[in-house]
Amino acid sequence: MNPGAARGSEPETLIQLTGVSKIYGTGQAAMHALRGVDLTVTKGEFVAVMGPSGSGKSTCMNIIGCLDTPTRGSYRFNDIEVGALSRDQRAILRRRCLGFVFQGFNLLNRTSALENVELPLIYRGVPMGQRSRQAAAALAAVGLSGWENHTPGELSGGQQQRVAIARAIVTTPDVLLADEPTGNLDSERSLEVMRLLTDFNQREGLTIVMVTHEPDMAAFASRQIHFKDGAIEAIRTG
Amino acid sequence: MWWETFMLALRAIRRNALRSGLTVLGIVIGVAAVITMVTLGGGATAKVTKDIGKLGSNMLQVRPGQGFHGPGGARASAEPFEVADAEALAREIADLEAVAPAASRSMQVIRGNENRSTTVTGTTDGFVLVRDWDLSAGRIFNPGELRSGRAVCVIGATVREALFGGLDPVGETVRLDRISFKIIGVLAAKGLTSFGTDQDDLVLVPLRTFQRRIAGNTDVQRIYVSARDGVATDRVKIEIEHLMRQRRRIAPGAEDDFFVRDMQEIVSTLTATTRVLTTLLGAVAAVSLLVGGIGIMNIMLVSVTERTREIGTRMAIGAMERDVMRQFLVESVVLAGLGGICGIILGLAAAAVGARLMGVPFVFNPGIVCLAVAFSAAVGIVFGYFPARQAARLDPIEALRHE
Repeated sequence: MNPGAARGSEPETLIQLTGVSKIYGTGQAAMHALRGVDLTVTKGEFVAVMGPSGSGKSTCMNIIGCLDTPTRGSYRFNDIEVGALSRDQRAILRRRCLGFVFQGFNLLNRTSALENVELPLIYRGVPMGQRSRQAAAALAAVGLSGWENHTPGELSGGQQQRVAIARAIVTTPDVLLADEPTGNLDSERSLEVMRLLTDFNQREGLTIVMVTHEPDMAAFASRQIHFKDGAIEAIRTG
Repeated sequence: MWWETFMLALRAIRRNALRSGLTVLGIVIGVAAVITMVTLGGGATAKVTKDIGKLGSNMLQVRPGQGFHGPGGARASAEPFEVADAEALAREIADLEAVAPAASRSMQVIRGNENRSTTVTGTTDGFVLVRDWDLSAGRIFNPGELRSGRAVCVIGATVREALFGGLDPVGETVRLDRISFKIIGVLAAKGLTSFGTDQDDLVLVPLRTFQRRIAGNTDVQRIYVSARDGVATDRVKIEIEHLMRQRRRIAPGAEDDFFVRDMQEIVSTLTATTRVLTTLLGAVAAVSLLVGGIGIMNIMLVSVTERTREIGTRMAIGAMERDVMRQFLVESVVLAGLGGICGIILGLAAAAVGARLMGVPFVFNPGIVCLAVAFSAAVGIVFGYFPARQAARLDPIEALRHE
């Protein structure tokens, strides 16, 4: 959380998973979703997480997103041991440092784009006037100036996902976690969204971790991590 | 934050306007019922109090027996009073304005072909003073008539209406049993009592006439007494009790075989009765509030289920358990509160109409309105708590996956 250091010469570690395992259930019925995953993401990286369903990539994302905690091993976010945090402490960590983009957009119905983007600022306690200015700026950054008062029902899928991206970046998070952000979009809109994300990554230095099963989309990332059977199978760069 | 939560709640309620409206109907009816009952009850109490004030709030009645509280046995065996008792009261107790011994009997009053069953009361000229009763025509008995027991009478407005219609009855005669009585006066109309009995349905005759020619004994069934203005009736009451115990030779420690009832006592009895009724009706209304609360809980649970994904999204964005909890709790309180406000408006309107129909004054009771608001908000908290906790305890991962 030292913005000046992000562009320093030494790449700074943001996310560090060491021997992370996640086991659901106990005894014979125990299900090993993750088996000793080691993964490091440095600031400013754009990482794609790939793999078939059931490979553990979603579980890994949930842990990185502080929605879940590892059964074994250590997850350090910005040198904070997330496994040691309480539910509410993790909520505060998400509120301060993380931005989420979902496959299904997850915008509030019958609520204007501006108010949707304001939502995380409300939880941060940002005063009303500043809130709408920040939200309007974020909407402008995703190319949706003039759409502030439209509700999700009045927007196309691509536009809705851009509103969701605006909602994720309005708090200037340390990392943007995108869970199949193009999964519900056609290829043209998908490219639009991917260009937007790449743009944020390259111009703002925004760290992005994205789950996808489309190689075309993964190609936008600087690193692709392939999961299989709860472990990292391969890491490709470029 | 609270303001946002409040606006959010309003939006959520508006989004499902019809459902929200039906949900709060229970609260609306409950609150309206409470407000109506209590307001009408207050109006009835006010009317009763005022009516009794009309009777003369400084009036006391002395009767043999043990009042309405004691067992009937003592009353049956209690000696009636005599005229001398009334005279003693007038003589020995200061601060009395008037004393009127009285004895009554239900009789037919006949004029030509017309007749009517009424109450004939033998009393003295003190009666109209004690009861603060004006005459609309003629006069009350003079001392000579009282002393010699003349066959003269003063009739009530209802009797006059029944037997004479629009004619002037003064100077005419009516028959009670076989005795002719000359009408010397007509009492002004007093109307119905709070209990619905007609106060004007009576005929007054001199007490001596009543004793000699109608009852055939010298009993006095009750003595009306009125205190002077500004004199505390409870002090007069104690003095009367003291004197009557002496006169009736009641041993110290023995119970009175007579009782003195003042109007304050009747007022408090009636007020207590109305209060009990109001409380009962209020309790019934409270039950409907409870039912309304359950309705709110039900719909809040549905709402939580419907908005599981929204809750998941909020949690991912950084809402803590207490943020989610507050959101749903505020929503249910706002829902119940709106119901309460509608109920208050409806209840006051119903009470205003009811008061007019029942002929009682509309007594606005701010206390019960505040109570209704507080109670409906409390219903929102109590019945919103469980669904809100349900929402706050959701697992964000599960909630995000919910379709």
